[in-house]
Amino acid sequence: MSHYKMHLLVCAGTGCHASESDLVYEMLHDEVERKGLNDDVQVIRTGCFGFCEKGPIVKVLPDNTFYTQVKPDDAREIIDEHVIKGREVERLLYLDPETNEHVIDSKHMGFYKKQLRVALRNCGTIDPENIDESIARDAYMALGKVITEMTPQEAIDLIKRSGLRGRGGAGFPTGLKWEITSKNQSDRKFVVCNADEGDPGAFMDRSILEGDPHSVLEAMAICGYCIGASEGLIYIRAEYPLAIRRLKIAISQARSYGLLGDNILGSDFSFDIKLRYGAGAFVCGEETALINSMEGHRGEPTNKPPFPAEKGYLGKPTCVNNVETFANVPVIVLKGAEWFSSIGTEKSKGTKVFALAGKINNVGLIEVPMGITLREIIYEIGGGVKGGKKFKAVQTGGPSGGCLTEKHLDTPIDYESLMAAGSMMGSGGMIVLDEDDCMVSVAKFYLDFIVEESCGRCAPCRIGSKRLYETLDRITVGKGEQEDIEILKNLGSVIRDTALCGLGQTAPNPVISTLDNFMEEYVEHVHEKKCRSGQCRDLLYYVISEENCTGCMACTRVCPTHAISGERRQPHVINQEVCIKCGACMEKCQFDAISLMKDYPREVQLTTK
Amino acid sequence: MAVIKTLDDLKKRQEEMKSRVNLRDKAENPESLVQVKVAMATCGIASGAKEVMEFFVTELDKRSIDAVVTQTGCMGYCFAEPTVEITLPGKEPIVFGYVDAEKADEIIERYIKEGELVDGIIPQNYNTI
Ligand SMILES: Cc1cc2nc3c(=O)[nH]c(=O)nc-3n(C[C@H](O)[C@H](O)[C@H](O)COP(=O)(O)O)c2cc1C
Ligand code: SF4
Ligand code: SF4
Ligand code: SF4
Ligand code: FES
Ligand code: FES
Repeated sequence: MSHYKMHLLVCAGTGCHASESDLVYEMLHDEVERKGLNDDVQVIRTGCFGFCEKGPIVKVLPDNTFYTQVKPDDAREIIDEHVIKGREVERLLYLDPETNEHVIDSKHMGFYKKQLRVALRNCGTIDPENIDESIARDAYMALGKVITEMTPQEAIDLIKRSGLRGRGGAGFPTGLKWEITSKNQSDRKFVVCNADEGDPGAFMDRSILEGDPHSVLEAMAICGYCIGASEGLIYIRAEYPLAIRRLKIAISQARSYGLLGDNILGSDFSFDIKLRYGAGAFVCGEETALINSMEGHRGEPTNKPPFPAEKGYLGKPTCVNNVETFANVPVIVLKGAEWFSSIGTEKSKGTKVFALAGKINNVGLIEVPMGITLREIIYEIGGGVKGGKKFKAVQTGGPSGGCLTEKHLDTPIDYESLMAAGSMMGSGGMIVLDEDDCMVSVAKFYLDFIVEESCGRCAPCRIGSKRLYETLDRITVGKGEQEDIEILKNLGSVIRDTALCGLGQTAPNPVISTLDNFMEEYVEHVHEKKCRSGQCRDLLYYVISEENCTGCMACTRVCPTHAISGERRQPHVINQEVCIKCGACMEKCQFDAISLMKDYPREVQLTTK
Repeated sequence: MAVIKTLDDLKKRQEEMKSRVNLRDKAENPESLVQVKVAMATCGIASGAKEVMEFFVTELDKRSIDAVVTQTGCMGYCFAEPTVEITLPGKEPIVFGYVDAEKADEIIERYIKEGELVDGIIPQNYNTI
């Protein structure tokens, strides 16, 4: 038996893959071989460590040394210095953004301290292309336990007691969904894994599938046993080639071990899984649209009821769950419902994976217990707002969600509290915004996405979202009126109440939540034609400083609209009504007298008119 | 690949595969295990640290002691090489000097197992001067 003294884990997730982690792996591997260290050192490709921004990541065990941004050329130094001589390669260590010191050990990185990895338990620890490593870390043990020791109802009760809720957005109790599907009698039933992940910026499901595919396969089989289904389908977007490849490998390895297929582990339970590919439309993540798409129809939602649990794929009872929801199941079976429900808040149990992004020092994939506060996430795990800027808001829930502000920083986050704050858990996107972000523009960004992604089936969403977008656009270019704010409010609530599917129903959320929390920014845009964060280009003004202007008249000659006036050797003035913001004057002025401002002195304007 | 036909087969397979990921499991919370650090800088290697490390790895495993054995760089005690730092769970690290196989055996039997102090401890106070 092998006794490796050292493991070198090389991240092979999509993020690191894109920055040549494959080559890093090859080089490390070759170097280990060249130095004759094969018996002592094992080099393994793993899934995502969650620290993709600083990838490729190489972690050295057992010392937990965490190397970031490793290049293929660094391989030799890592082997020579660290592996052979036991000295860390300092320049590759993670630099703490607060103290500006190198952190040797991932245990001491703020990023990992407050995390609790349940769904991501194996991501970054095992080789996802090797089923044996998964088995060594308990894969299929839960399935074995369920089919040999429990009745379907007992297993359903266990999931119900654990308090697990859907991680795909709505937070529906998973055990209950399984129970409902199990009670609907039919000759055929289906288990569907929703791996569409359409929320822009979200990549937690992809990372789970890439880093630990067996956890999802196993959970789907457990679900099949519980609801009485023998067929599973994974609906995955075609833009996830690496996840698809790993899934294919995992499915074929599980089949050859007999862990998928007929009579699993000698029981009379049979279950197999196939892949279905989506074209990547956001609306196809909605379960009825997803089912339509799998049947070869247009990926459009249909009215609920009937729910998929009753009439789903091919008209048969179908249980649709999200990737992360599934990834939690095997651990719950092995560690118990009580263990799981001891984590989290009263109504939201367990953990949630978030994709932390935006103006934050540690961008990445994190998994935290429910009930953690935004402050802990942003300042402890995230390492604070980038560049020491002032925090403004956090956007959660993607295009269906809203913004949380300063006053929510200490609210324990779970499904209910996010809802109460006017946002949503959603699939787990979490974007930090600072003083340089304009909240009207943020709302406009999401509405733009919705307009693109609306399937067009129902009018409130197709036409209403377009109107919302146009109104926001007017406001950001300085043409907004008070009336526009009223339009946003009224139209928003009409769309929310009348759209057919969740996409449309939640589309106004980014608008409503920014109106609620940042009304003053809307008012400024509309009445003062001012954008305090300087994001709206049309609300920036070229202004001549009275002090610096020598009155050389160079600018007046280049201005295409004759917006600049003034006597020779006297300070000049730009008429904002006429200026088209071409910037020519600023470029021409040799005395740095012209600058772009968020405000302009209105009195001066009035006197020149 | 052989088909796994029963839950017991699966458990057997897991046992066989455990050694592949053992080290990774342990690295998740090293504080709860015995930690052994062998100084393996230039002078350490020259004075036989590699053999000492080898010894700790195989013997601790044989004697069923859950431990993490790592190598470190220069500890600053070149005169006493090979040096080994042992940290028992919840205790302060202790450094032993002139460790060879015989000494290592004594360290495992008396210090790691029984918590008794053995000869050869290098007082650590002078590196705080
Ligand atoms: C517009 C829209 C997009 C959705 N996209 C996803 C998605 O990408 N992934 C997902 O798991 N659920 C998505 N959902 C939620 C699914 O409809 C469904 O509730 C979920 O897959 C159920 O699984 P869960 O109970 O495990 O969360 C979306 C819903 C809507 C309305
Ligand atoms: S709400 Fe939008 S996405 Fe949903 S059915 Fe209507 S048009 Fe299509
Ligand atoms: S070019 Fe500059 S200095 Fe000359 S008139 Fe214009 S603003 Fe004044
Ligand atoms: S920005 Fe262009 S239009 Fe405006 S004052 Fe300067 S040169 Fe004239
Ligand atoms: S892909 Fe490597 S850390 Fe995420
Ligand atoms: S090089 Fe070994 S203690 Fe200095």
